[in-house]
Amino acid sequence: MDLQTFLQQLLNGITLGSVYALIALGYTMVYGIIKLINFAHGDVYMIGAFVGLTAVVLGADVWLALCAAMLACLIVAVSIERVAYRPLRGSTRLAPLISSIGVSIFIQTLVTLIKGPQPVGFPQVVKNTIYTVGPLHISTVQIVILLVAAGLMVTLQLVIRRTKMGKAMRATSEDLHTAGLMGINVNAVISFTFALGAVMAGAGGVLVGMYFNSVFPLMGVMAGLKAFCAAVVGGIGSVPGAVLGGLFLGVAEVLGVAAGFGSYRDAIAFGLLILVLLIRPAGLLGQPQQRKV
Amino acid sequence: MDDLIREFINPYHVQVLILLGIFLIAALGLHLITGVTGQLSFGHAAFLSIGAYTAALMNLRLDLPFLACLLAGAVVAALAGVLVGFPSMRLTGDYLGIATLGFAEIVRVVFMNLEITGGARGLAGIPRETNLVTVYVLVILTVWAMYRLNHSRFGRALVAIREDEIAAECMGIKSLWYKVGAFAIGSFCAGLAGGLYAHLLQYLNPADFGFARSFEILCFVVLGGLGSIAGAVLGTTILTIAPEMLRFSAEYRMMMYGVLMVLMMIFRPGGLLGGVDLVASFRLLWSRLRNTATPAGGA
Repeated sequence: MDLQTFLQQLLNGITLGSVYALIALGYTMVYGIIKLINFAHGDVYMIGAFVGLTAVVLGADVWLALCAAMLACLIVAVSIERVAYRPLRGSTRLAPLISSIGVSIFIQTLVTLIKGPQPVGFPQVVKNTIYTVGPLHISTVQIVILLVAAGLMVTLQLVIRRTKMGKAMRATSEDLHTAGLMGINVNAVISFTFALGAVMAGAGGVLVGMYFNSVFPLMGVMAGLKAFCAAVVGGIGSVPGAVLGGLFLGVAEVLGVAAGFGSYRDAIAFGLLILVLLIRPAGLLGQPQQRKV
Repeated sequence: MDDLIREFINPYHVQVLILLGIFLIAALGLHLITGVTGQLSFGHAAFLSIGAYTAALMNLRLDLPFLACLLAGAVVAALAGVLVGFPSMRLTGDYLGIATLGFAEIVRVVFMNLEITGGARGLAGIPRETNLVTVYVLVILTVWAMYRLNHSRFGRALVAIREDEIAAECMGIKSLWYKVGAFAIGSFCAGLAGGLYAHLLQYLNPADFGFARSFEILCFVVLGGLGSIAGAVLGTTILTIAPEMLRFSAEYRMMMYGVLMVLMMIFRPGGLLGGVDLVASFRLLWSRLRNTATPAGGA
């Protein structure tokens, strides 16, 4: 692989990685607060892709489609939390996990029933010009993905660091019960966290639909798992970690495929996951768990 | 014997019952790992697939007898279980679960790419050797073995690790060896189930052993109630039979299955028989009945 191919693949990897990062943020924030691996998150992302597709078919432009998808995902995720997770608050750790798998099966079957199992093409919404910057080629879609992803991540960081709700989120992830005692409405914070994660995932869904030009009901399964790996690799519970992990996995996957391991594409993310876990059990930027006696 | 069964039950029901038996064996394996020892495993399907492919290849390539194939599959799966058990020294809780998930996905992709397993086309032409009697003899053996195990020194050590690993270590339990042991025995069961599965369906495809299958088995164990053999059996039975019973609703069946899972968790978060030891409860009931039957002395 010469330098030019390497740089080009690096750019493609960052594009893919920034979408993984968008989805990973939802996993990491929810895990940070209620220690739940939300397996229905990948399906929220899939719903985002379908809503974006429908909006585009109805004549919306990219930005409107993105907004529609984000809004729809927000509603879906908050309702899921209300119906399937909130009644289980305070029960064993595995109960909400199983509940999230149930929700995931439900959503996948529902969307398959409505839209059919076949992949649907995504109409071209952005005029796809390919710009050449030095030795690199970058398409309009890639620019849109990078801009939207970066914009959302910066906004998220501002929300978490600068707003009152963000402060409440940080307090809740520190200690849920104490936060409640300090007068924080924990249920509202948890709903808000789900909403934030879903908005990111919804945007990610539309962006991936545009990038790979294909949307199908099971698209959330593999993307969700890989994004989840990204969250763990970065250190689950850590927001910068999720972004780092997403970019890392995206680049590794694209470079791996370029190096000729195409048929092992899906194994790359999981191999890295196990490697990172064995070397740094809490992930790249995670706080090591302390065992208290 | 097989013909006799066919006289009374139609082949479709026989097939469902055999599959139920196979999943019971696999679920009892996970019961030991997750229910008794408290180690999360999201990759149980990997052991199932390792057992299935090993047994099938032993049969197709080496022409070994059926039971020898089953045993080979189970032993190879147990070895893989040992391999997965070791990281449990460093990884705890959810992190171990995630690592096993990664392991299972890697196993699936490897089977998808190997020449000898037929790759993505799958492995066909395995003779049908699994029948109702063999499966249920093995189910009864597994239940008996699990019961004996739970009430042995080894089983009590596993429970101690689940309840508090540090305290268990202080009591002189070498937790790593016990956890590796639990993984080995649990994946032995999964491998056995895999071998039976291969010789029932006569065709194997890596796609059948994805993470969806792992979670299915985990749901059997959790819905039934973690740590209870009767719970694992009940959970597996309900969730294996439910999709068949829901066939009347045709395409809505999997939706209802998903809703069923959410509802069962909401109403019984600890599982149907969480923490219930059926044998002990029966003994208690029996002694109470006897006490009420014979009036207390001196009355």
